[in-house]
Formats: sequence, C-alpha cells, structure tokens
Amino acid sequence: MKVELNVNDRMVEIDVEPRKTLLDALRDDLRLTGTHTGCEHGVCGACTVLVDGAPVRACLMLAVQSDGHEITTIEGLAPAPGELSVLQDAFCETHGMQCGYCTPGMILTAHALLQKNVTPSREEIVDAISGNICRCTGYGQIVEAIEFAAERLARANEPRAAAAE
Amino acid sequence: MKPAPFDYIRPDTVSNVCALLADNFDARIIAGGQTLIPMLAMRLARPTLLIDVARIAELRRIEIDGDHLVIGAATRQAEAEASPDIARYVPLLHAALPWIGHAPTRSRGTVGGSIANADPSAEIPLVAVTLRAEIILREGEDEFIVPAEDFFIGAMVTAAAPEACLTAVRLPVWNGAVGVGFQEISARRSDFAFASAAAQLSLDPEGRISRIVLGVGGVEDRPVAIDLGEVAGEVLDRRRLSDAVASGIEALHAETDLHASAAYRKRAALDLAVKAVVQAHSNASAALETRR
Repeated sequence: MKVELNVNDRMVEIDVEPRKTLLDALRDDLRLTGTHTGCEHGVCGACTVLVDGAPVRACLMLAVQSDGHEITTIEGLAPAPGELSVLQDAFCETHGMQCGYCTPGMILTAHALLQKNVTPSREEIVDAISGNICRCTGYGQIVEAIEFAAERLARANEPRAAAAE
Repeated sequence: MKPAPFDYIRPDTVSNVCALLADNFDARIIAGGQTLIPMLAMRLARPTLLIDVARIAELRRIEIDGDHLVIGAATRQAEAEASPDIARYVPLLHAALPWIGHAPTRSRGTVGGSIANADPSAEIPLVAVTLRAEIILREGEDEFIVPAEDFFIGAMVTAAAPEACLTAVRLPVWNGAVGVGFQEISARRSDFAFASAAAQLSLDPEGRISRIVLGVGGVEDRPVAIDLGEVAGEVLDRRRLSDAVASGIEALHAETDLHASAAYRKRAALDLAVKAVVQAHSNASAALETRR
C-alpha cells in the first residue's frame, strides 16, 4: 500500500505491507534509525516519535495508519546539521544518558511535554516519562536534564539583563 | 515484521464498516490499536482484514444529548482527557482518564476501543459500569443499546456480535453538588491495575447523600457495580460505609493470577473503594460549599 506522510517536514511516499509498523517503516524504508526498536509491544518507549506533535509509540502504529500525518523523529529535532536542540544539549550536559538506547524516546517525550508545559514540576516530568524505560543511567539525571532544558528555554525569551541575573 | 499478513481498509462511514464486517468473518476493527497491535505482533490475533475506523467523522464526537453525554467510539483518550465537556458533565471519566496507560498510548488509544477490548482492569469500562452507561452498537443498519453492566461478560468478552461496530457510549450527566473519586493500585504507574475503584455521589443542600454509585475493577473478570443504597439519604458515616462496601466486595468472585492473589485483590479493592467514596464525598462537599 502506498502511504504518504510528512516526516521531519519532508513529504515522503513509501510502499509498505499493511502489517509493517511505523517503526519498521521509519527504520527500514526511510533509513531513520534514530528511532530505536526496543520491546516492540508498547512497553519500553524506546520507539517514541511525535505524530502531529503528540508522543506515540511507533511500534504500536501501523505505517498505513500514519498516512497523511506529520511525524517527527529524533532526526527532526536538531535545528541544523551538527547542532543539537536545547533539550538534547541538556541531556549531554547533565549526563542524562549512558548507553543511549532509550534517549531518542526520552527526548521526544520530554520535547512534547515542554511544548505544552513550559514550567513543568518534577512530578509532571516524572509522570510524562513514566512510559519510557531506562536501564542504565537511571532517571535522576534524565529528570534533571528536562528541568534544565525547561529553565533554559524559559529564560531564552527574557531580556538579556534579566537572564544574566 | 512480526504480525501475520492482513489486508487493511479505511472506510469512511459506519455503514461501510458494518458491510465489511458482515462480508468478512475474520475481519477486526482497529481504532487506536494500542492493544490490538501487540496482539497482532504476538500473533494472538490473526485477522485477515483490518478495518480502520479512526478517521470516521461520525465516530469522533463529544456531545450532550438530553441528560447524557455521548462520546463517539473513535474519540481518542487524549482528546477525552482534554475535553472541557467531559470534565464538566462526566467528572468521573475525567478523573479516570489519566490512569489509562501512558500519555503516548492515550494519544492513539480510543474511548470505544477500550470498551470493546473489555480488559477486566481497564478504567473506561469501570466508569461505564459504575455510572450505568449505555453502549451503542450498530449491526448493518440496526442500532442496539446495551447497558454497560450487560455489555461486559468476562475478560475480553462482550455482548457485541462479531459483525457489530461499537459506535458510542452514552454516559449519564448528574446535576447538583456532585463529587467523584478514583483510586487504583498497580505494580508501576500506568500498569494494569490489580484493583481499582470509582465512586460518584451527590449531596442534597443539607449535606445528605442523595445519590451514590460505586464500581470496582480488576477483581472479577469484568468491572462490577456495588450497591451502596443503604448509605444514601443520610450524612456520610464512615463505619456504615466501610461495612456496606465490605459486604459488597465479600460477595465478589476474585481470581488469583501471576500478579496478585484473589485475597489481595479483594483486600485492596475494599481499601480503594472506601477511599474513592471518601474522596468523592469530600469533592461533593466542596462543590456544595461553593454553591452556597
């Protein structure tokens, strides 16, 4: 079946079997391997992508269901090649990753949170990432990274003098 | 690719869905797919045809109809969670929605899908049974209205025929000083509940309970309503409440499984049910206070 979708602001057309998940289509057909394959039944959150801005598990969505939707993967978050988004940067600075397997899913989930809540409480952050499993770093530094990014993003719009205080 | 092969079709009306269901014995409806897709991946489900109803406009609505709120079956759980009408008219559903899965599964999962799937520990079926909601089914051109307590037969088993399409759920809207309580326990946040309880009550101007409903999930193989008629008509008495809830839960048949023993489920349900009613009472009292 032909499926037309907008991936990271680029219209693409793929021809897939109905049983292919969005996850497999992204990785195999579009070569966007930043979206990680974990449990493949909706438990671990490693394959989280944004569908029309909302976090969705790519392993729990068929590629044919995504026809006409806007998909954002981890490859679509950086502002330019070689750069990182504020949130990605925060994960590096606070050591919010170790093996990195859960990181794309964590970052997209956190990105969606920060899009609708610019001043999330610790509890809201923990709730938002409760569906993303990390098995090495632990959640402390991941939560710290999201708090750090939220603070930076909030201050980015302040006048320079206030930001310096 | 893990699932067995199947065909996929996206009809644009419920009539077409019903025609496809009638012609294809092995067809399954897919809406959000948050339970069905893992079942396909594990090959526990092997339909030959998937009928995607997620984009059918008549299945995506939230509207008042007399003294009921009607929610179209393909309404996403995330949409329902953000709906001011659900928060206002069916506050018990509003309270239960954040407990369903995780935010990423709620962005895809639907209200009707959760009802049709009939997991014994699922939140929306519990709310439907507690509030005496009505489930609306279409078979061909015929419409059937099934009370929620008759709809759920057992674990993943419902009164819906294989050729039926669940189109909406009708939830009663209560008036007056209404309060709700929702409680759940699971191994991890958002996991399947070992036991859960939903309560809604309203208070008369003197603070006496005028109406009260309670339901528990995860204990039997389907959500069940517990009659608390004996505590209605009076102000809340914790002792009488506990006794009434205990006798209701005592009569339930719980199953032991890998996750929790039957005794644990009943003990947890008792505690959660009392907490849910107390929470509902305290919310209703606050509502009564603001109305004064």
